[in-house]
Amino acid sequence: MSLLSVENLRVSFTTYGRRTEVLRGVSLSIPEGAQRALVGESGSGKSVTMKAIMGLLPMPPARIEGGRILFEGRDLLTLPERDRIALRGTAMSMVFQDPMSSLNPVWTVGDQLRTILKYADRRLGRDRSSRGRQARVLEVLAQVRMREPERVAASFPIMLSGGMRQRVLIAMALLSQPRLLIADEPGTALDVITQAQILKLLQDLVTEQKLALLMITHNLGVVRQTASYTYLMNQGRIVEEGETQSLFEAPREQYTRDLIAAVPRLTGGAR
Amino acid sequence: MSATEPLSNAWQNWYRFSRNPTAVVGAAIVLLCVLAAILAPWITPFPEHAGSFVDFRNRHQPPSLEHWFGTDNVGRDNFTRVIFGLRVSLTLAFVVLIVAVPFGTLMGLLAGYFGGWTEIVIMRLTDIALAIPPLVMALAVAAVAAPSLTNAMLAIAVLWWTWHTRLIFSITRQIRSQEYIEAAETLGASKAHILFREILPNCVSAIAVKTSLDAGFVILIGASLSFLGLGIQPPTPDLGTMVAAGAEYLPDFWWESMLPAGAILFVALGFNLLGDGLRDMFDVEDVR
Repeated sequence: MSLLSVENLRVSFTTYGRRTEVLRGVSLSIPEGAQRALVGESGSGKSVTMKAIMGLLPMPPARIEGGRILFEGRDLLTLPERDRIALRGTAMSMVFQDPMSSLNPVWTVGDQLRTILKYADRRLGRDRSSRGRQARVLEVLAQVRMREPERVAASFPIMLSGGMRQRVLIAMALLSQPRLLIADEPGTALDVITQAQILKLLQDLVTEQKLALLMITHNLGVVRQTASYTYLMNQGRIVEEGETQSLFEAPREQYTRDLIAAVPRLTGGAR
Repeated sequence: MSATEPLSNAWQNWYRFSRNPTAVVGAAIVLLCVLAAILAPWITPFPEHAGSFVDFRNRHQPPSLEHWFGTDNVGRDNFTRVIFGLRVSLTLAFVVLIVAVPFGTLMGLLAGYFGGWTEIVIMRLTDIALAIPPLVMALAVAAVAAPSLTNAMLAIAVLWWTWHTRLIFSITRQIRSQEYIEAAETLGASKAHILFREILPNCVSAIAVKTSLDAGFVILIGASLSFLGLGIQPPTPDLGTMVAAGAEYLPDFWWESMLPAGAILFVALGFNLLGDGLRDMFDVEDVR
């Protein structure tokens, strides 16, 4: 059985009295411990899909027109808000995209991680001492390959480099041992080398901790590196899906071919 | 402390503050005035002159070693009365701000975070309040009720919170859209947590700067009111009242009005310098 499966999800937005269909029947599924990528150009609906899964769509203007989002067999769309909140950041969590604006500049990294853990514990009815929380925070910081977890925990976000901040965001998502990790274009704000390291780290963590990963991106290079199976999205629909390798080597749809052709290459010169 | 050890945040703040001459001078003036006001009965040469004391033989004495600021038209020591007058000015500023700042901040947070009707109601109220000059409001209140310090403070405080509301509103609007707020909401953090633990700490520097600058303005308004005879009533010494009383004897006995006026300038300047200095200091923090 799939850990997460989205079935024929349809979402619309109503602005200035006019209704626009943004998702027109999106279906995808992620088995336990598998890695999937959701690719598409800007405005294709990949972020809306992610927000619908996480329950972050502002309603109104958004409206779920139909479909189901099953997580461990339960339909998230009919779940009471309380249960929904209890899942977020615990069973399913997400890695935020922008390492600059995702951390509050006035608290240390440790403060913020501990607060998040406290909230997660409270929602799960788990009891943990403040020392236990600190230990868990340091453990997770070590997992994201921080060489000096104590020092990072005592730092304000401004004192860390972009790559370190992105790793803190990953640590944040891992805090309460999720089963599904949704990564929204992690590292797009970073240089390519750091981004590659971040992706490698995500890969390693996902295998180590047997997490299911949904990678949302517009970067085809990222897709090849992180996911074995890819969903390609355009104008609110899944246009093509398949094993990443075959999708790239033998695309069936014209849109897929266009997209692959649009990737700039270092060799071959201008066409 | 070795070179590689991270500096504590408090130390960094203190270092930046101490390297900022404006802030240090401002803080020194404010501290001096506050201490003088608190210790007035013990440090002034003639504490009994603070009340309705009369000594006609010594009236209109020019500044001397005995009477640093000279004496007034009934022979009271002006220096003593200026120090006691600071008490009134600072109390006014303190009471107005301790009411207006927390209330205005709370309103700004609510309007900025919740938006919608909350925002419409609160922000239109501030629009109305900002259309009324505080001095005019205080004059109106003094005309309807009795002219007293309490009424003046009330009148000013009722209008003053709106400035803070506007300031905090704009900061909150900006911060609300940051991803860490979205993240906190996602994780089911309470509204109180988001308002007071996530957003409010980001406003602290702005509040500190604004409050310090405000203190200077409130003192000026208070002095204007008592100059017009609408503040605290004699014989309690008040800087504005002293300027008004001394003005009758210009230019011969200039010290009776000019020196209390100088004291108003001094304390207002202190708060303004401190505010400007704090702003410079916090600006550095944004760049870091």
